[in-house]
Amino acid sequence: MARKKFYVGKRRISRSTGGDLVILLLLVMGASFMALPMVFAISNAFKPLNELFLFPPRLFVRNPTLNNFRDLFILMAKSWVPMSRYIFNSLFIVIMGMLGNVFFASLAAYALSKHKFPGARVFLTMIVFSLMFAREVTNIPNYITIAYLGMIDTYWSVIIPSWGSTLGLYLMKNFMDSMVDDSMIEASKIDGASEFRIFWNVVMPIVKPAWLTMIILIFQELWRTTGGNFIYAEHLKTLPYALDQIVAGGVARQGVGAATTLLMMIIPIVVFVFNQSKIVETMGTSGLAN
Amino acid sequence: MNNISILPKGELNRFQRFINEIKQNRISYLFIAPFGIIFFTFTVLPVLISMGLSFTYFNMLQPPKWVGWQNYIRLFLEDEVFLLAVKNTLLYAAITGPLSYLACFVFAWLINELRPRVRAFLTLLFYAPSISGNAYMIWTLIFNGDTYGLINGTLLYWGIIDKPIQWLIDPRYMMTIVIIVVLWMSLGTSFLVFIAGLQGIDERLYEAGAIDGIRNRWQELWYLTLPEMRGYLMFGAIIAITNSFAAANEITRLVGFPSTDYACHTIMQHLHDYGTIRFEMGYASSIAVVLFFTMVLTQRIVQKLLDKVGQ
Repeated sequence: MARKKFYVGKRRISRSTGGDLVILLLLVMGASFMALPMVFAISNAFKPLNELFLFPPRLFVRNPTLNNFRDLFILMAKSWVPMSRYIFNSLFIVIMGMLGNVFFASLAAYALSKHKFPGARVFLTMIVFSLMFAREVTNIPNYITIAYLGMIDTYWSVIIPSWGSTLGLYLMKNFMDSMVDDSMIEASKIDGASEFRIFWNVVMPIVKPAWLTMIILIFQELWRTTGGNFIYAEHLKTLPYALDQIVAGGVARQGVGAATTLLMMIIPIVVFVFNQSKIVETMGTSGLAN
Repeated sequence: MNNISILPKGELNRFQRFINEIKQNRISYLFIAPFGIIFFTFTVLPVLISMGLSFTYFNMLQPPKWVGWQNYIRLFLEDEVFLLAVKNTLLYAAITGPLSYLACFVFAWLINELRPRVRAFLTLLFYAPSISGNAYMIWTLIFNGDTYGLINGTLLYWGIIDKPIQWLIDPRYMMTIVIIVVLWMSLGTSFLVFIAGLQGIDERLYEAGAIDGIRNRWQELWYLTLPEMRGYLMFGAIIAITNSFAAANEITRLVGFPSTDYACHTIMQHLHDYGTIRFEMGYASSIAVVLFFTMVLTQRIVQKLLDKVGQ
């Protein structure tokens, strides 16, 4: 019955042709604005040096070449610390940071979303407010703490603080509020499941899209880290740092710079695409409609 | 009644009740503990310390010296560059904040009903600029000041201008260009979260709405979708507020620091100037505190506005 009223033919009753057209137009305009600079960035990476300095400049490459990438790899091979080491450093920091943050933040988010206990509101307010305080002035106290814990010049100086990253927790709490039904938790409790089991076996599978989204956010944040104020040893530095050093060689490195930009851009995009396909998969199968 | 004996007894009861309450909820506290300890050590504590430092003169070599409200007085009465930064930041935030927030929601909403594959493709297209690290630096080639810049080159070639325009150095254009670039990369976190949120809304809600007499997209959006999205909307608002009020990095990389005539100087850049270049940590902390309260105030206002959604 409801279906009949809801759809006219294949279209929902609340939709109109005019509206669909306007939306299509908006999407096409938005998409071109977003895509053109990206196309420019990609095509630049394949331009030989004489095309990078061409008048009038062109959006698209004419004689694509892989020279920029070749030069980049030659420069990488000449580096004092082997490139593979920088790559390992970056991966280690990203993966450890990600696992810790997703796990600890989800635990806390579950308690904040589904338990009632004194202090919960204050804690949540502090989380929200902490997002609004400038990080730069907290660097000094953080340096002192990290030095006191003996973590300067270790991966942990970046990894452990990232476990307490608040954005993910706030996100997770919102998802748990709206996706997880209290009745489901009650039912599991009656079945005698422990709180941790409920969290791990009931709640976490439901909010899979949430922690997949969270992984993207943390990846993005940690992927760009250079080790900043806490890592000084050259062999512990990360890939973005190493690539920055290569590009800092001036105008002659412009082609290499374009190749580097593309490289640094491709990896998060690949992670994102892989991640999204998982999200779409869960959305399709788990049937959020129940 | 004997007040003296009742008071301590009541006190004791209150303490005992407190302990009992903690015991009852110990599982909740255990769940929060690992995150809470790290959060407290690396966020809450440093924030409190720098709030304290904002009342001191601290050059990072000598121990901090207490100066009372001096830093704040200096900020608002003596530091003209700061006032300029406030003006710029407010202008910048007033434009990029609401626009990026709206863009995130509108595009998430528009692509929500498309077929999964098309949706995934468009999500990637819209999200790519914000995820791909320094890709926004491509705009410095587009707006490059010499003849090799894409815009300059094209305009020169077409004969619209006869000498290159210094897009990123001329104060007349700088702010506009910064805003364009920032909007380009603004479909980030909130955009993703909105998409996930919209996907999570139960289809049956709309079927029920259709029976209740919802006739078009707008009614559906206002009465069904937005109220359902309230939590996510607040989340997006907070991101928009923090991004727009605390802008610095992108601006510095686009137009340099300091920008010509301080035309793009923001509060956050001012803080950076004093914190990491002039090593006046006390003063930098007072800037952070002012910025913090500005954001909190804005967040409160937005909260009030969002409470009206769907009514």
